[in-house]
Amino acid sequence: MRETRPTVHVSFDGVEHEAFVGESVLECARRCGVTIPSLCFLEGLTVWGGCRICVVEVAEDHRLRPACATQVAADMEIKTETPRLRAYRKSILELLFAEGNHVCAVCVSNGNCELQDMAVFCGMDHVRYDSQAPPREVDSSHPKYVFDQNRCILCTRCVRVCDEIEGAHVWDISHRGEHAEVITELNRPWGESLSCTWCGKCVAVCPTGALSYQGRAIGEMEHDPAMIKRLAVARNRGEWLDPGVMT
Amino acid sequence: MSDTTMRSVAEAADRAPGEHPSGDNRFDLVDKHLKRSRYAQDQLIETLHVAQDVFGFLSEDILIYVARALRLPPSMVYGVATFYQLFTFDPPGDHSCTVCTGTACFVKGADDIVQGVSAAYNVPAGETSEDRSLTLKTARCLGSCGLAPVVVFDGEVLSHQSVQSTLDLVASAVGGDG
Ligand code: SF4
Ligand code: SF4
Ligand code: FES
Ligand code: FES
Repeated sequence: MRETRPTVHVSFDGVEHEAFVGESVLECARRCGVTIPSLCFLEGLTVWGGCRICVVEVAEDHRLRPACATQVAADMEIKTETPRLRAYRKSILELLFAEGNHVCAVCVSNGNCELQDMAVFCGMDHVRYDSQAPPREVDSSHPKYVFDQNRCILCTRCVRVCDEIEGAHVWDISHRGEHAEVITELNRPWGESLSCTWCGKCVAVCPTGALSYQGRAIGEMEHDPAMIKRLAVARNRGEWLDPGVMT
Repeated sequence: MSDTTMRSVAEAADRAPGEHPSGDNRFDLVDKHLKRSRYAQDQLIETLHVAQDVFGFLSEDILIYVARALRLPPSMVYGVATFYQLFTFDPPGDHSCTVCTGTACFVKGADDIVQGVSAAYNVPAGETSEDRSLTLKTARCLGSCGLAPVVVFDGEVLSHQSVQSTLDLVASAVGGDG
């Protein structure tokens, strides 16, 4: 199908590309095959802009901008790879790793984890900050799923998918700062939730080992975030087949 | 008819015409605010304030009540309520002692007052003593820096306090060693 949306010119690291007016820098980059790392962003959900892994530099003033939450503009010169960006991304990842318990060797998602992938991609090989990892409760009260808060990076994908796609709004974020955590209903055990439909979307989209299926051993948990893109495409464009297999 | 049904029927019959269906008339005050604000969802924080003023704290029941009235998911109401430090989820003690720990009061020794009361009544700042007689709170600048250090005891603002004067005050109301 030919796109008829108005376009503007932008450049990624010196290479010119065509961008659709109104799309975000991240969307445009993905379409043009330019890699910008991201974590909280998930195609099919509203933009959260919380993790800041996707920072890019925009030439005019060298300000750092979150690619997922910045709209393209005519003649925007975007840098996606500079020493400064690399340093910031690494620091963000180190802070995430230091904040919770991210000992991959004992995690259900070991090998299938977006946080781990980001660390590899951004070359984060050690953490300069002291590990905080306050012991947090693991909620295994749900018959099908387990929530291990110690691995949660507060990306809010679960909150958004449950609200925006499933329509149940079981999750939200309580408290703030270092005490912030995702909770179900009035901070009660998930298994006692009256609103959860057991659909599993939150588990599918979690980038880390925080949400998993019951009974998974180390490294056995696989997520399926692309499911949400399929749903969004089905709903918004009336196309029910996996866009990945369509030509 | 079972005993319990009998009782609830009797209760219903006893109820004055204006009585709140929950059985707790304090909800009338919350309802009044809800009606005045036309059940607008962006009135959540205001509604929580009113509810806390009326009940002294926000219990689960109150949060659920507000969530239902405003048609908001309970987890969102919980998230908003816990974001703000002004909301409290435990019933307050019989007496409350708030010590200002803003800059001016801090410089004039507010921390010693907090520690003094905390040690004497075995109550950490922000919590209520085990016998529920005293709630110890801290606040950030009450806007009366010229009176530093400031203590608010049961709603009364007291200027130029010391550890001893505060302990005496608390002891006179709550009892204990002081
Ligand atoms: S299983 Fe579905 S309904 Fe339940 S919390 Fe997860 S996304 Fe929400
Ligand atoms: S549980 Fe998973 S999806 Fe939800 S906020 Fe935490 S890391 Fe993100
Ligand atoms: S992906 Fe852009 S802020 Fe998280
Ligand atoms: S610092 Fe205590 S009143 Fe201002």
